[in-house]
Parts: sequence; structure tokens; C-alpha cells
Amino acid sequence: MNRYNLAVLVHNQFGVLNRLTSMFRRRQFNISALTASETESGEYSRITFSFDGEDENKQQLINQLYKLPDVCSIKELTRENSVSCELMMIKMKNDSAVRGDIYAAAEAFGAETIDYSRDSFVLRLIGDSTKMDDFIMLMRDFTILEICRTGTASLEKGSGTLRQAITL
Amino acid sequence: MLLSGADILVKTLIEQGCDTVFGYPGGQILNVYDSLYTHQNEINHILTAHEQGAAHAADGYARTTGKVGVVISTSGPGATNLVTGIATAYLDSIPMVAICGNVPTTQIGSDSFQEIDITGVTLPITKHNYFVSSVEQLADTIREAFRLAKSGRPGPVLIDVPKDVQIAKCEYEPKAVVEKETPCAAKEIRIEEAAEYINSAERPYIYFGGGLITAEAQEEMLALAERIDAPVGCSLMGLSAIPTAHPRFLGMQGMHGHYASSMAMHNADLIVALGVRFNDRVTGNRAKFATKAKIIHIDTDGSELGKTVNAACGLRGDLKLTLEKLIPMLKDKSRSEWTEKVNNFRKEEEEYLDNREVLTPRIAICTLNGFLGENTAVCTDVGQHQMWSAQNLVFRTPRRFVSSGGLGTMGFGLGAAIGAAYGTKERSVLITGDGSFGMCLNELATAVTYNIPIVVMIMNNGVLGMVRQWQTLFYDKHYSNSILDRKTDFAALARAFGADGEAVSTPEELEKALEKAFAHSGPYVIDCRIDKDEFVLPMLPPGGSMDDIIVKLEVE
Repeated sequence: MNRYNLAVLVHNQFGVLNRLTSMFRRRQFNISALTASETESGEYSRITFSFDGEDENKQQLINQLYKLPDVCSIKELTRENSVSCELMMIKMKNDSAVRGDIYAAAEAFGAETIDYSRDSFVLRLIGDSTKMDDFIMLMRDFTILEICRTGTASLEKGSGTLRQAITL
Repeated sequence: MLLSGADILVKTLIEQGCDTVFGYPGGQILNVYDSLYTHQNEINHILTAHEQGAAHAADGYARTTGKVGVVISTSGPGATNLVTGIATAYLDSIPMVAICGNVPTTQIGSDSFQEIDITGVTLPITKHNYFVSSVEQLADTIREAFRLAKSGRPGPVLIDVPKDVQIAKCEYEPKAVVEKETPCAAKEIRIEEAAEYINSAERPYIYFGGGLITAEAQEEMLALAERIDAPVGCSLMGLSAIPTAHPRFLGMQGMHGHYASSMAMHNADLIVALGVRFNDRVTGNRAKFATKAKIIHIDTDGSELGKTVNAACGLRGDLKLTLEKLIPMLKDKSRSEWTEKVNNFRKEEEEYLDNREVLTPRIAICTLNGFLGENTAVCTDVGQHQMWSAQNLVFRTPRRFVSSGGLGTMGFGLGAAIGAAYGTKERSVLITGDGSFGMCLNELATAVTYNIPIVVMIMNNGVLGMVRQWQTLFYDKHYSNSILDRKTDFAALARAFGADGEAVSTPEELEKALEKAFAHSGPYVIDCRIDKDEFVLPMLPPGGSMDDIIVKLEVE
């Protein structure tokens, strides 16, 4: 199984996210992360998601997406052709016995402390998804209270845009 | 001109060439019905007994005409009653526009009386749907819905119109009938690839489905068959596309397909698939399906290519335009060896034919064939009678076989037969079973009210025949809840509705009853008594392949 990142430009219509996710659910596409946001134009929204599957499943997913009238353009974003990053906040139990170890890891990963209290603190980490996964693995040695990740935001390298790719 | 939303809705329907709509009024669509009253000289509304019947009627109208079928209902239960009808149209790619009323926008989301989120409900069974939140959007939304419904691979589109939008006023300017998206041929390079495969094939088989009817590419398909000297078969949805008697035509293939057609497909080294989607009822066990064949798959919907079977060559494009480009690239060939093999399959099929002289399903349908006009639409419900119909009906004109192929909707037929009668402007026929007919027979009332000539032939065996067949073969004859044992007298029931009918139990009686039925001015119900252990044969067991085909069966 491979992981694919797809960016989809859709009409900024009420309920458009529902239309996409309804199709994913109905056809049992395995979506592991999804972000939706407004774009440079009020007319469009951008939905970026990660999909786990084989190449033919990905092709089927793209074909099904193109059948939704609200979908304007789709691009597959790879490590080679795009830049991406994700944001994570992780809330750790504040335990004086291990605080030093946690902070050593945080420093190595470039995580920032954005909240601090007697019982807990929140670290913020920005980077690619593997970095998040690695950091979580490290933190599992301690007490994680809560994790929140945004999912991947990706842009194509160079001057190409999703809007240029609108064919419909 | 300044018009209310309701008037705009009706005027836009008329503007888009819609002259017949099917539906049922209710609280949240009253304004539209008021407008239909005003415009009754320009648009004909057929009131059914149930919204489901209206949806199936719009579907039957669309299937027989190729136009967009239109159905109108109120909010809540009216809208949910459309669901089966919309899903039926969706699975068979039938162009339909469903219009529902809803509670005023100010009440949306508050669980008002008869409020339902119908756009949410129908999301997975429509090509697209719309909630119209202002009257200014209404006319263009309807136009866009028509365009979507008929473009590319057709399908149903739903428009939800809140009551205050029907009341509010805005300027309306009539516009031209929307054009469907311009169809395109497949990519040149793919066509060249396909031509290479076809030119090097020795045992080609052409396999078409409903997509061929939509694309009106029959002539091109037959030209292809002549050019490469190939036999032709189809899916259930492809029936009636070309005359049944065409010398190259082997009939439907698949689970209950014609032996020769399924065998030709199984033995082919190349399948040219046109407007089909290789449904499980067509392929059986996909791992064992046509293992010797390379598949050239042409469809206007790219998502069908490689969805269920791997094609050697997948071409996304309009069938007609693609075939036009493909045919000149093909070598003119004749294949006596393959033709002989196929002819032998035909002979074998003849040998398997059921030639008993009692009122068998086959005799019933063959007798009916003698009464069908060139233009007569024959509708079916779902089950054994549907398969017997698909196997034995003789067609001469496209769009005259109306059957729920994808969803397999029992109760589809009577509504569809009403729509088909309006679509063809002549008598239609419904072949049904006692199980299916029991589901939506309320529409007899509609047929009587409008004096719609429909010949209803019920293949009455007192059981759910297809369920029974499976229970006999695969469930140790545990006839769990498949024995109807009802005391319904269908002829008396027909009379109670104001129609007429009779029961028959021999071929001679059926012949006489059909004579009467085809001369009758309104609906006529023939209760055809057949044996409960009649089987649909041949049969590919579910998950089986052509090696497992059952062609003859003795039931103890």
C-alpha cells in the first residue's frame, strides 16, 4: 500500500466537503488526513488529502472525483513536485522527573512550547508528517495527554497552480 | 418579466422542452402546483398514486424517449418516497430531474413538519443535487440540472426548492434549451492502440450495454461487427438497442444470458466492450471471467475503465465518435473458423431450449411477442419474469425494453409502463411477477384514471420465484418466506380498480386474453398461472464461471 497526496480545487459551495467525503465513504476510499481551506479566490476552496491504497485505487479515486460537478481540478502532489507541511500540537503531562528528557527531544525537533502549566504543557511542531510521527513515537515513552494534527498542507513547487489546471 | 419562483420553475421546465411531468402535490409544493394549474395547456401533469410510482414513470418516460424525465413531489415523505425511483435511475444512468418542495428557508434545520434533508439523503444516488436558497438562482439551477442530467453518462439530478423561494419574485427571461456537453472521441493514441489489439485478434466478440443506446451508436457498432466479422452480445441494459433478429446478435450474456452469447464471450480472445460496466451479474467470478480475452473497453465515464475488470486498453470517450475514428483503422476480416464455432454454440443453445407445450414462461413471452408492435415498449419488474423477458422478447426498435438492471427494483414496472405509454404515445406492456406486482400495484389506479392502455401480464407462480430458485439450488430447499400463498384474485383486483382482466392457465387462453388486452382501451391485467418450480436457465451460479453453467435442471 502506498500513500498519495492529492490536492483538489472545488467550487466554494455550501456542503462541498460533504459531497467529497460522502463519495470517499460510499466507495470505501481510505483517507488518512484531510484539510480544507479557502484559497486566493473566494470562488474556490482547496481540499488536500492523503489516501492510502494502490495505484489503480488512486486512479479510480481521481476518476470518481472528476465526476463531481463541484470539482474543478485535481493534482497529485509528490515529494518531488511539491512542498508540504503539517502542524501538530501535543499536550504532555508535566512531570519533573522526565521534563528534561522531553525538552531535549523538543529541542532536537525544533518544537516550541506554547502553553505551560503546573500539570501540563503544550508543544507545537511544524514540518512534514514523518517528523510528526517520529516525535510522537518518542513522546510515547512519557505521558501524552492530547494530540491535535492539522493534516498536510501542500503546494506545488514552481509557478504552477491548481487554478491553471482547471479543465472543466 | 417579474414572476414568482413557482411560475419560474414551471416556465423553465416548459422552456427546457418538458411537456409531461409526473408527481404528487403536498403542502410545500402547493405553489408549484398552482402554477401547473395555470400552465396546464403547456405542460401535462400526471398524478400518480404514490411518489415512487411518479419517479418510476418519469424514468420510464426518459428511457423510452431519451429525454429528461421530470418528477415533482412535496417535502418530507413525498421526497423520501422518490428515493427508490431516483436510485433506480442512477444505477441505470437514466436522465431525470426530481423537484421537491421544502419548508421555508427560515425553518430549514429546525425539524419542521415534513422537513427532511433530501439533498443529504440523495447525495449518493444523484449525479448532483441542489438546494435553491434564493429565487434568483432558480431558473439557472433548473437549466444546469437539465444539462447535467443529459450530459456524458446521464443520471438523476435533484432540486430542493423551499416554499419561500417558490413565493418570492424575480425577473425571468426565457432561454434556449440547454445543450448537453459536447461529446469527444477518445484520445487518438488510445484508438490506435485499440485498433492494433483488434487487428491481431482471432476471436473477437462485441459486447454492448446501455451506453450504446445513450450514445445512439448502434450503426457504428454494427459497422464494426461487419468489418471485423464478430458476433455481438449485450448486457441487460443493452437490450432493444439493435433488432433481436439481427443475424450477428447472440442476445444478452451473463448470469442468465443466452448460452451462445455467454459462451462466445467466454471463448473470445478479444472483447470490445461498449458502454458497459462489467457488473457482477455479468462477469460471475472475475478471476475466471473471459480469461482468454483481452478487453477493449470504451465508455464515456472514465471511472468505469478498470473499475471491476482490467482492460488491455481503456478508452474514455463518446462511443459514436470513437467508433467512427476506430473503424477505418481496422482490417476487413472474415473468420470462418470463429463464426463456425459461434454457430455451434447457437446450435447447442437450440438443443437446450425448453420446448414443453404447457404454459411455460417461455411460451407466455413468445405468445406475447406476436402481439407487440414495432414501437411497443415492454417494461418489467424484477425477478424470474424479468430474466425470461430479457431472454425471449423480440425487439425491433431501440429504447423499447424498460427494466431496472442495476438496482433491481421490484415495483418498478407499473410506474415505468405508465411513463413508457406517455413516452411512446401508445400502448405499453408490463411483464411482472406476483411478488413484484404486489409492491406497487396501486398505480393501476393511475392507469385507470388516465385511461392509459397497458397490458399487464403477471407471471403468477404464488412464490417469489427467483428467491425460490436460489433456495432450491443453494439453500437446501429451505423456502424461507418465499411462498406467498396469497389469496389475491388479480382479475377481480383489476376490476376493483376500474380496469379489467382475467386469469389464464393454457397457451390458448393466453392467446385469447392477449387479443382482448390489446384491443382494450385502458389497462388490462392477465393473471398468467405458471408453475412455481419453473427455473430461469441457463444460470451461472453466483461466483461461478462458464465452466459451472447450469443449462438444464430436473427438479425432484
